[in-house]
Amino acid sequence: MSEKRSKDLPTGAMIIEPGNAVKYETGSWRSKRPEVDKEKCTNCLTCWIYCPDNSIIVEEGKMKGFKYSHCKGCGICAVQCPAKCITMKEEGT
Amino acid sequence: MESQLVFNGDQAIAFSWKQIDPDVVAAYPITPQTIIVENFSDFVANGEVNSEYVCAESEHSAMSICIGAAAAGARVATATASAGLAFMWEVLYIASAMRLPIVMSVANRALSGPINIHCDHSDAMGARDSGWIQMFGENVQEAYDDSIMSFKIAEHMNVRLPVMNCIDGFIVTHSLEKFLPLDDAVVKKFIGDFKPVRPLLDLKNPTTMGPFSFTDYYFEHKYQLVEAMNKAMPVIKDTFKEYGKITGRHYDVAEGYRLDDADYVIMAMGSTAGTVKYVVDQLRAEGHKVGSLKLRLFRPFPAKEIARLLQGKKAVAVFDRAISIGSTGPVFPEVRSALFDVKDRPKIVNYVYGLGGRDVRPDELKDVFKNLMSGNVNELNFMGVRI
Repeated sequence: MSEKRSKDLPTGAMIIEPGNAVKYETGSWRSKRPEVDKEKCTNCLTCWIYCPDNSIIVEEGKMKGFKYSHCKGCGICAVQCPAKCITMKEEGT
Repeated sequence: MESQLVFNGDQAIAFSWKQIDPDVVAAYPITPQTIIVENFSDFVANGEVNSEYVCAESEHSAMSICIGAAAAGARVATATASAGLAFMWEVLYIASAMRLPIVMSVANRALSGPINIHCDHSDAMGARDSGWIQMFGENVQEAYDDSIMSFKIAEHMNVRLPVMNCIDGFIVTHSLEKFLPLDDAVVKKFIGDFKPVRPLLDLKNPTTMGPFSFTDYYFEHKYQLVEAMNKAMPVIKDTFKEYGKITGRHYDVAEGYRLDDADYVIMAMGSTAGTVKYVVDQLRAEGHKVGSLKLRLFRPFPAKEIARLLQGKKAVAVFDRAISIGSTGPVFPEVRSALFDVKDRPKIVNYVYGLGGRDVRPDELKDVFKNLMSGNVNELNFMGVRI
């Protein structure tokens, strides 16, 4: 994606393909990684509501973890979690 | 063709907008532009146009509204001057980067401080790097003609850049002159229907405009503006030609006056170019080989055309109604650069003049020609200031 030339890009920096953020992986921006303690998690999905990057994996109504390909490590999920079951861990540790 | 009218420059521009009937006009009044938006708001109130007129709370907001409206798919016009243009500075770059064909009339006025309401080009020169096309008109007729041509140029599919048509504050904006308008139908046919490119209101083709462009794409997006500006030059020339065919008024990006056999030349933009022609006639009558060059277009800069017109002259004075403090006037280095690789390049000097509306007198211009002829001239000179 980063190899497109100026002349091949839509004019005016327009994004003409809806929903293409999925192709732009922002996981490498992360310095802290969210981890969930499923023993404490109540599957209330508050994290899913608040996540600005749609990076909470939900299957059949249950919180299943994080899409680390796009999670920027902002930590909003950890702050908002009513059960205090999400912790932010230093990347690379 | 309609009969001759007597209007000032601002009225002539407002009249052109009435004929064009843009979808949206968003503006904030500022002297010496105010008459444009005052007159236009009358047209709106009287139902003479269908435009949505938004009286914004600031110029930053006015340009932001223009950007939003243009992105939504509207044909948009606005006007400003001086501090108003400076206050738009940030969003001017957004308009060009989003490739929105907004047309803005600028009534050139000095920037504060000290606060001043009269003419110089410091406002427009501050916007020279913003990706806007910049045209300069000499008189009321050109104010009207440039306004109409600006829409055609901005909206051309090879260009899609915003256009600033500049006229000298008070000298042109508030002076009554005769001019020849076109019939409404001729104007409408000349500029054609507005064709938006992926308007935001087109829900079948959803588009995100103005997104973040990171280290991996910003440079490529900026380069698109370079290409668009390059493509603008032939479109501007073609537009001048087409307009000339229907009006008999033939413009060019740089217009010589008694230039062919001239040895000494004054080059200027805006109303001063008219005064220079008057002085050229006087000196020609005395047998001096003098001429003038009027720059109609500052962005894109017509370097090749200027080089062709000035090649072989003995000396050229480039007139700047603005100064980059700590350097020279802004037009001068571009003209010298344009001629650097030319054989038989003339001696090229800079005159900074007319700041804050200081009068430009024919006898002063005569002295400049005499200084060029005698060689008694510095690289940077100031005309009309008490030092």
